[in-house]
Amino acid sequence: MGWVTRAISSSLGKKYIMALSGLFLVIYLVIHLFGNTFLYAGKDAFNLYVETLTESSLKPVIRVIEVVLLLGFLIHIYDGIRLTIGNWSARPNRYAVKPANPQSTAASRTMWLTASIVFFFLVVHLQQFWYTYHYGRIPGVTMYDIVVGTFRDPLYSLIYLISVLLLGFHLYHGFQSSFQSLGLNHPKYRSLIVIFGRIYAVVIAVGFASFPIYFYLMGGK
Amino acid sequence: MITLESKAPAGKLQDKWTTHKFNMKLVNPANKRKYDVIVVGTGLAGASASATLAELGYNVKTFCYQDSPRRAHSIAAQGGINAAKNYQNDGDSIFRLFYDTIKGGDYRAREANVYRLAEVANNIIDQCVAQGVPFAREYGGLLDNRSFGGAQVSRTFYARGQTGQQLLLGAYSALNRQIGLGKVKMFPRREMLDLVVVDGQARGIVVRNLITGEIEKYSAHAVVLATGGYGNVYFLSTNAMNSNATAVWRAHKKGALFANPCFTQIHPTCIPVHGEYQSKLTLMSESLRNDGRVWVPKKAGDKRPANQIPEAERDYFLERKYPSFGNLVPRDVASRNAKEQCDAGKGVGDTGLAVYLDFADAIKRLGRKAIDEKYGNLFQMYQMITNEDPYEVPMRIYPAIHYTMGGLWVDYNLMSSIPGLFVLGEANFSDHGANRLGASALMQGLADGYFVIPYTLGNYLASNKFSQVSSDHAAFSDVENGIRGFVERLLSVKGNKTVDEIHRELGKVMWSHVGMARNAEGLKTAITQIGKLREEFWSNVNVTGSAGDLNQTLERAGRVADYLELGELMARDALHRNESCGGHFREEYQTEENEAKRDDENFSYVAAWEFNRVGDWTLHKENLVFENVKPSQRSYK
Amino acid sequence: MSGNLNLTLKIWRQANRTSIGKFETYKVSNISTDASFLEMLDILNEELQRKNQEPVAFDHDCREGICGACGLVINGRPHGPIKGTTTCQLHMRHFKDGDTIVIEPWRAKAFPVIKDLIVDRSAFEKIQQAGGFVSINTGGVPDANAIPISKEIANIAMDAAACIGCGACVAACKNASAMLFVSAKVSHLAHLPQGKVERFERVEAMVKVMDELGFGSCTNTYACEAECPKEISVRHIAKMNREYFAAKLKARNKD
Ligand SMILES: Cc1cc2nc3c(=O)[nH]c(=O)nc-3n(C[C@H](O)[C@H](O)[C@H](O)COP(=O)(O)OP(=O)(O)OC[C@H]3O[C@@H](n4cnc5c(N)ncnc54)[C@H](O)[C@@H]3O)c2cc1C
Ligand code: FES
Repeated sequence: MGWVTRAISSSLGKKYIMALSGLFLVIYLVIHLFGNTFLYAGKDAFNLYVETLTESSLKPVIRVIEVVLLLGFLIHIYDGIRLTIGNWSARPNRYAVKPANPQSTAASRTMWLTASIVFFFLVVHLQQFWYTYHYGRIPGVTMYDIVVGTFRDPLYSLIYLISVLLLGFHLYHGFQSSFQSLGLNHPKYRSLIVIFGRIYAVVIAVGFASFPIYFYLMGGK
Repeated sequence: MITLESKAPAGKLQDKWTTHKFNMKLVNPANKRKYDVIVVGTGLAGASASATLAELGYNVKTFCYQDSPRRAHSIAAQGGINAAKNYQNDGDSIFRLFYDTIKGGDYRAREANVYRLAEVANNIIDQCVAQGVPFAREYGGLLDNRSFGGAQVSRTFYARGQTGQQLLLGAYSALNRQIGLGKVKMFPRREMLDLVVVDGQARGIVVRNLITGEIEKYSAHAVVLATGGYGNVYFLSTNAMNSNATAVWRAHKKGALFANPCFTQIHPTCIPVHGEYQSKLTLMSESLRNDGRVWVPKKAGDKRPANQIPEAERDYFLERKYPSFGNLVPRDVASRNAKEQCDAGKGVGDTGLAVYLDFADAIKRLGRKAIDEKYGNLFQMYQMITNEDPYEVPMRIYPAIHYTMGGLWVDYNLMSSIPGLFVLGEANFSDHGANRLGASALMQGLADGYFVIPYTLGNYLASNKFSQVSSDHAAFSDVENGIRGFVERLLSVKGNKTVDEIHRELGKVMWSHVGMARNAEGLKTAITQIGKLREEFWSNVNVTGSAGDLNQTLERAGRVADYLELGELMARDALHRNESCGGHFREEYQTEENEAKRDDENFSYVAAWEFNRVGDWTLHKENLVFENVKPSQRSYK
Repeated sequence: MSGNLNLTLKIWRQANRTSIGKFETYKVSNISTDASFLEMLDILNEELQRKNQEPVAFDHDCREGICGACGLVINGRPHGPIKGTTTCQLHMRHFKDGDTIVIEPWRAKAFPVIKDLIVDRSAFEKIQQAGGFVSINTGGVPDANAIPISKEIANIAMDAAACIGCGACVAACKNASAMLFVSAKVSHLAHLPQGKVERFERVEAMVKVMDELGFGSCTNTYACEAECPKEISVRHIAKMNREYFAAKLKARNKD
């Protein structure tokens, strides 16, 4: 299988991995967002949803999915780091005048930055919810309680808010970019993909952002 | 004493090349790898020759002065390439292409060469398509053609306004393949500064590494020069800035005869000169004359903007004077007529040195989109340079130096008067006589490289004995020392004028006296003035920097030193040719209608000059024999 | 329309590959707005020579925007501020009297500076030598009209083939990636029936060499397309991505 490793370690191969893992996470984000909307249905509904995933016979399946998901993240991150380091070293001497490029978007130029911030957020986020729920919870406290409690913390809510907005920024470029990396750029469908990607990015960012806002500002119970 | 033998085979015109190919000796496939061949130049001629010779098995060393072979000047050719495919069913044939070319050249080319050119032209198109050259196509998927000057059939193949680029990239790709396979060793950023002749055979070259300044020596069994034309003698021309005559000129000084140096082509449609700082002139492709109409105001001194001059007060002088060819007369005719109009005070624009090339009718007839598709990049280029939109106002154009028909003398095998020194493409004098038709330089470059040299070079190698010669041979060190001395001399003058200043002055002399119209008195003045400039150069030029470094001033200085000698030879050749033919228009020799008046009785020959010393040449003549066409007064009326 | 400009130029000067370069400041005056950018530098160089100083070295040849030799980063933009233009085709009418213009060479690991504003682009050559061709010899090819090619396809191929190999894409890319350059050739040939025959070998070989030469990867910022003087579309990059993917999946070799 040497050809496989050679293929995925080529510059184009890395892009495919980036794009595929990215699209995988794109799908995950939709599911995650969908699940979170149970928060708006109230405590019982949300807790039922969480318990169905974690306590029912679905549990082993979810564990597998979690591992796959983790792998997805790790691959995406690892590949991103590899690419970024390679790309930095491709221009050891910087320009004196910073290129002011009219066409490239700020989102596209700051992928590594948004990615790094989102990554640190992710660690905090996992610790806060996943870890606390599974390993650090006082019996009787539900996921709903954890969520609501966390969002009462203005600092955390702010971090959450900024991070999901940056995530949206990341997706704003990432979504269409992954199609380009996979070679899917047809004059007829290209603008559709770009527009859909932008809408998607906004929906994800706004969708996730709504939770801290709702629970913090609106004083969600 | 040198005797000029054309070596054109006997027999029927149509059979000459076939017979000759059969009669030539072959090199056994296994032996080919024992031969080294040097090719200087990577334009259409050099790149195609290098690739093809390497494919056959020879070890090729290829040189160019640019950082990449792809940047050779051929890349700039715009309009197209001719072939007698007769895809348009409009009556074309090999014979007609041959006839048009020899007539276009005003009967100053060798019949056998021109016929061979017409004959292999079709193979060129096939070859290029197979390489992936994206020629323009019709909706049905077949190749499209356009018309060029001097022909009444549509036989020009094109790739937008970038034909030269696409053909060169095709040849470059073939060359790259051979470099990748190790059969061609590529030496970019090298300038050939001299030829090495051992026992009367061309056996190598000496070059300057343009990055390090080192002088390097390379040996081979034969040397092929494909170094392009010498239009830059005029300072302002449509040639690339670094196009130069150095390779051919130094070979000339080593004994290669220089043929018809005064045959230079002035292209009618260039963007006019606009300032003293100007570094070069930009061509607007001849293809524009397919749809553009050339005119001036009828009244001298009419300074109204073009769109305020009513139809009735415009003189479409080409259409009026040459009803059957109209705007598509050959270049020499179009240029001379433009000059005539400007001399009569009818020129347009600030300087009065321009005529209009108007697309209004074509845009009305075909729509803006169709025009854009055909000439978009040319229109854009025009606007970029002049800041005027040719969709709205007519282009202003004026003739400029564009191509040199003259070059090193070669026989039918493309071998110069030095055995083992072959010359291809614009660098030789062979196929265009006194005037080249549009779209035929690309054809010639590729014909020479793909389809002629592979045969004739093999024949030379197979028929000669070669002593062991490497670059350690004494002849090489002699040449090397000469070069070092030359470079040192340039750097040690330390005068007050820059290289460009002197070059610009030379250009003015050349353009005024050895330009579009020449006369004996002017030519004599030119010879004296060039002599003086040469003296001034060697006593008052300032070449900054050092020899052991990347030094562009030094590069230019060496080239200008050569132009200062070649310019004189051009003037001498023009002075000796007491007739007008093609691009060589002697005011003393014209018909009552101001057309060129040839003198076949006395001048139906190739003038090949032998170098004795600077300012002193001996003339040799190769008589031209016409068995298949009858030279007549060219008429495009 | 024409007028005259007085300008301050900050130009990168570097003696050779290994020396450390720095910016030098020069003043030029009375530059006609009709002059080209390189003619403006010619004027500076003439003045430097008159003062017995070494002129600024820069690559150029055709000065018609087609040979791809020229290329300067002007105020942070490869080939300057005007879209679809090479440096040699850029005219001074796009600058204002009193402007300060910063002029730098292409900067990329794969394009080391040779002197002043001249860089070594031989990496591009190596990529082309690896596979930028159709493997046929001279002679023995079919008639040019034997294989019809649709006008649309011929046009797309031509769009890609218009690349002049100047390197502005690498200069513009924040990753110094050569994807636009490489894909232009891959896409040009992959679109044509003549090039399809060895499309897999070609794309694999060219990408392999590209990767070895120290260019960065594409992150789809599309700066290359914006700065390309021939306005070559990033659609060709997508085409190359597709070609490479197909090659890796379908080609029978195990490279
Ligand atoms: C603007 C323009 C448009 C044109 N349009 C057309 C057209 O539409 N149709 C047509 O048929 N013709 C056209 N021509 C003419 C045609 O392009 C040239 O005649 C032809 O390309 C010359 O090709 P070549 O191979 O002989 O030389 P070139 O392409 O000039 O190549 C010369 C090569 O020699 C090398 N070289 C030169 N000197 C040295 C040296 N001392 N040491 C090392 N290397 C050296 C250079 O590096 C280069 O590689 C046009 C010409 C111009 C200027
Ligand atoms: S000098 Fe040829 S593209 Fe600019």
